[in-house]
Amino acid sequence: MSMTNPSDGGRFGEFGGIYVPETLVPACQELDIAFREAWADPDFRAELHRLLTDYAGRPSPVTVCDNLSEELGCQVLLKREDLNHTGSHKINNVLGQALLAKRMGKTSLVAETGAGQHGVATATAAALFDMDCVVYMGSVDIDRQELNVFRMKLLGTEVRAAESGSRTLKDAVNEAMRHWVAVVESTHYCLGSVMGPHPYPWMVREFHRVIGDEAREQCQRLLGGDPDVIVACVGGGSNAAGIFSGFADSDAELIGAEPAGGAAVGRAVPGIVHGSFSYLMQDEWGQVLEAQSISAGLDYPGIGPEHAHLAATGRARYEPVTDAEVVEAFKLLSRTEGIIPALESAHGLAWISREREQLAGKTVLLNLSGRGDKDVAQMMDILG
Amino acid sequence: MTGALETALRTRREAGGKSLVPYLTGGLGDDWLETIQAVADAGADAIEIGVPFSDPVMDGPVIQLANDKALASGATPLSILDRVRRADIGVPTAVMTYGNIAYRMGWERFANTLADGGVSGCILPDIPLEETGEWVDAADAAGVETVMLAAPTAPDDRLPLICERSRGFVYAVGLLGITGVRAELADSAKVIAGRVKAVTDKPVLVGVGIGTPEQAVQACEVTDGVVVGSAIVQRMLDGTGPEGVAALVSEFRAALDG
Ligand SMILES: Cc1ncc(COP(=O)(O)O)c(C=O)c1O
Repeated sequence: MSMTNPSDGGRFGEFGGIYVPETLVPACQELDIAFREAWADPDFRAELHRLLTDYAGRPSPVTVCDNLSEELGCQVLLKREDLNHTGSHKINNVLGQALLAKRMGKTSLVAETGAGQHGVATATAAALFDMDCVVYMGSVDIDRQELNVFRMKLLGTEVRAAESGSRTLKDAVNEAMRHWVAVVESTHYCLGSVMGPHPYPWMVREFHRVIGDEAREQCQRLLGGDPDVIVACVGGGSNAAGIFSGFADSDAELIGAEPAGGAAVGRAVPGIVHGSFSYLMQDEWGQVLEAQSISAGLDYPGIGPEHAHLAATGRARYEPVTDAEVVEAFKLLSRTEGIIPALESAHGLAWISREREQLAGKTVLLNLSGRGDKDVAQMMDILG
Repeated sequence: MTGALETALRTRREAGGKSLVPYLTGGLGDDWLETIQAVADAGADAIEIGVPFSDPVMDGPVIQLANDKALASGATPLSILDRVRRADIGVPTAVMTYGNIAYRMGWERFANTLADGGVSGCILPDIPLEETGEWVDAADAAGVETVMLAAPTAPDDRLPLICERSRGFVYAVGLLGITGVRAELADSAKVIAGRVKAVTDKPVLVGVGIGTPEQAVQACEVTDGVVVGSAIVQRMLDGTGPEGVAALVSEFRAALDG
């Protein structure tokens, strides 16, 4: 099975769709058409490739982790998205969307952010392309990701606090959508994950496909074949979709690591929020529940619709890991390999570390979606 | 078959009048149902009852706050609809909520619950034309009138499709934005109302951004009536009681009848 294009209505199996207020439907439809055209246009592809190479620093390397492998008893390789400009995979999607927004004649960007990595990436692209930019961030996240708030401001972006609900990523998405409804004609909503209404889940996955395509080739070179297992953390699911898309048609097992307090797939209850039909943490009446996670970037009660489809068809598995396991993994990678991971990315390693016995002798590729600089202050508090 | 909601709004129009449809948040405060009854007595042609949702993306701060308060006090879709079922409101009602509330209960069960509760219509702002399928099948079967929204961003070829699918009335979104009171009536209100009126004979009501009786009168220069949300809900939040909210509705009624 490979990760194919969604149906015309934006469905992956039964999941996806375009559940947005009427005001936004024409904008989503225009975006769908514009993306299709751009993605088929060699000039657009070449320009994006140039940006990813000369500006963002791609291709990102794959690192074979000898020390970590010895400690865990399985061979661990890291796809180093932490080495991209701005420190995470988020830049791949943002450069694609900003380039598309410019091509569509939009003058402004609006985005939501959790950990601030997508916000920083969007602010970066806005600076580069000379566009106005507003980023919504939950006030809880503003407190725990101070450094990224400052970076966004330095880049010329206006950061607005989302004060409703849980005051985290879910609420930042609500505010960004409300903002977009009012300025939809001039502004592109630069959504940060494989969620939202069609065409976002598909478009964002395509912009991140480069992670998986590169990694497949790199693994050929390093291992002479595909790894046995591919692991990525899952908030909305963009870094996972990116790396999975390179291996979906291989024999590799695909594992998404969800925070135990935000395990949308684990509960497997479908619902409608933020533009799509997918698995969603909710109460018996359909009120969306608040996720609880140590990591701001994964503190989200939903998951992208294609992941719901991959879970429902059994092509990928989604496993919960606890905050305590994540803290240990954060320390483990720092200590063994000299690489401080983002707390989000540490979720994937936490799963590998916990499952080391069943992984014995296997090759495991972990998508290291981001670096941990942004989390160091929070970890200083936690580790004392 | 024409439902009770559309019939009431057509009747008003045929009598040469303009329709007034206030929006009130269900489950907000202890006296929300009394307030709805008082508003009906004050001259509403129909009433929109909001069933709160945790993530109302079409709503501004006032209705968000009302949602949060109602949810915090334990309101559920069934508790609200159960009280509506046992009340005699006297004018047709329509429930406004978001897709997940209906989906979670089950499209059919939700539609039947509305019908059993005497609710005529339903508005689900995050279920656009492209996604109406299962919901409208259930609603049509239960005799619930599904009101569709027409927004200023709709291209000309989209409006007839929206009007065709809409029951009860067509909800013309008065501005680019979310619910909330604005200082002036947006220019877009009359434009979208006129565009919709040009392609349908169904009643057309402008909602979103109608906050004062003057704005309602201005919009009604081109349309059949208005939906008034945040201004009414603000009164509910202010704790003015049923009389205070009804007094505001009377002002709108008088202005429209002027
Ligand atoms: C480093 C990193 N990884 C992962 C995520 C989660 O996003 P996604 O699930 O879309 O990859 C974030 C989000 O902020 C992040 O900063």
